[in-house]
Amino acid sequence: MTGRRTVVPFGPQHPVLPEPIHLDLVIEDEKVIEAIPSIGYVHRGLEKLVEKKDYKNYVYIAERICGICSFIHSLGYCQGVENIMGVEVPERAHYLRTIWSEYSRMHSHLLWMGLFADAMGFENLFMNCWRIREQVLDMMEETTGGRVIQGSCKVGGVRKDISVAKLKEMSERIEKTKADVEEINHVFFDDSTVIHRTKGIGYLSKDDAYHLGAVGPTARGCGVAIDIRKTGYAAYPELDFEPVVESGGDCYSRCMVRAKEVVQSADLIRQAIEKIPGGDIDVKVKGNPEGEYFSRVEQPRGECIHYLKGNGKKFLVRERVRTPTLTNIPPLVRMLAGCEMADVPVIVLTIDPCIGCAER
Amino acid sequence: MTIEEQLITEITVESLLEEVKTKSDAGYRLVQIGCTRIEDAFEINYSFEKDYRFENLRVTIGEDVRMPSISDIYWGSFIYENEMHDLYGIGVDGMNIDFNGYLFKTSIPHPFRDAPAVTVKKVPKKMDEENKTSGGEE
Repeated sequence: MTGRRTVVPFGPQHPVLPEPIHLDLVIEDEKVIEAIPSIGYVHRGLEKLVEKKDYKNYVYIAERICGICSFIHSLGYCQGVENIMGVEVPERAHYLRTIWSEYSRMHSHLLWMGLFADAMGFENLFMNCWRIREQVLDMMEETTGGRVIQGSCKVGGVRKDISVAKLKEMSERIEKTKADVEEINHVFFDDSTVIHRTKGIGYLSKDDAYHLGAVGPTARGCGVAIDIRKTGYAAYPELDFEPVVESGGDCYSRCMVRAKEVVQSADLIRQAIEKIPGGDIDVKVKGNPEGEYFSRVEQPRGECIHYLKGNGKKFLVRERVRTPTLTNIPPLVRMLAGCEMADVPVIVLTIDPCIGCAER
Repeated sequence: MTIEEQLITEITVESLLEEVKTKSDAGYRLVQIGCTRIEDAFEINYSFEKDYRFENLRVTIGEDVRMPSISDIYWGSFIYENEMHDLYGIGVDGMNIDFNGYLFKTSIPHPFRDAPAVTVKKVPKKMDEENKTSGGEE
């Protein structure tokens, strides 16, 4: 016998949501039968601006699509333009881009881990995650001048170099940050409060994750080993790493993937610092882009695509950004079906929704 | 520079569902559906990936052509198809979840539908000379 069904609106304003997404939750007693998502509250039309901004200046817009993975957005855009124009970026610039990308991943994941702890009511864990995140933001600020928006990537390379002495200091400091993260990861992996709120909750099968288009930790937490860094952009082909994959498919697995990826990012930064070659950090770019390219990068939340199309003029015809959150919404809908009402906030958080990103 | 090999295959609207089914049967995941306004038509790219092989099916349609939904094959495609409708005004038939134009709440309907207006901005002569000598933005 089925009970009476009720529709409960969740969001767009909710204590657990940093950004606005709305879900119509069809519930029966305390069980969610269906979730219907709705976004569109912060659509800014940033893609359209490409028609009015010089392709070199548009980097500043691309970087502001998101306040968390800002650097990787600018990298994705620049890489797309460079590939259309056949620009050879100096090796050192590739390494610097990789270092800043991994710092971005660390700070994004630590931010998420803090928010996740907060959503579970684990205030102390939340504050410790953000305390460690400050170390990463300090490094970003010291090397680029910006904590959130770096402005260091440009078409043809990067704007700022890092001295040998600074790289050595970074190498030492990243080890300390890594040790701090490993210490806190034990809480995420072993604490009974975390396990109680996450294990077996928000299950998504490996097949569903793949066919519904899940990316990033959402996919890797279900055993799908997709990591766009393995396609070989920037300096990643020179670094030794394998995608972090967990097979549980629940909130706990998605949390574990992110927690382990912070440690992996610290290793990648150390490797990049050891291998970074000398030389120029940029090349002069002449002419205008003519052609098209799907530039794919791995953001903290997963695969992001900047599709660029130019017609030989200084304004691009099209910049289409497919962000990881947009493609993780259908898997979220599947995860929510059958869960308890009280688990909805935790499940929503485990895709690390970035709505500003998704709506551009 | 690492240029990823990216295959683009032009297909017709009529063959879309069959081609998409072939991709699904071969184990490809749907990566994205994206639309581009080109003069008096729309170019729609359906992107797929398997084992890091990135392939696209491209359909070019006129302004009044409606598209069939692929949501029977790829359940998650509704997010892209609703986006295509809301931003470009392209009708999509048979979506599994149809927001009826309310997925993206834009202040004007279909803001990306019109081709970009060509504007000519007069640049003062002195500034024009400076730009030439400095080589643009940098």
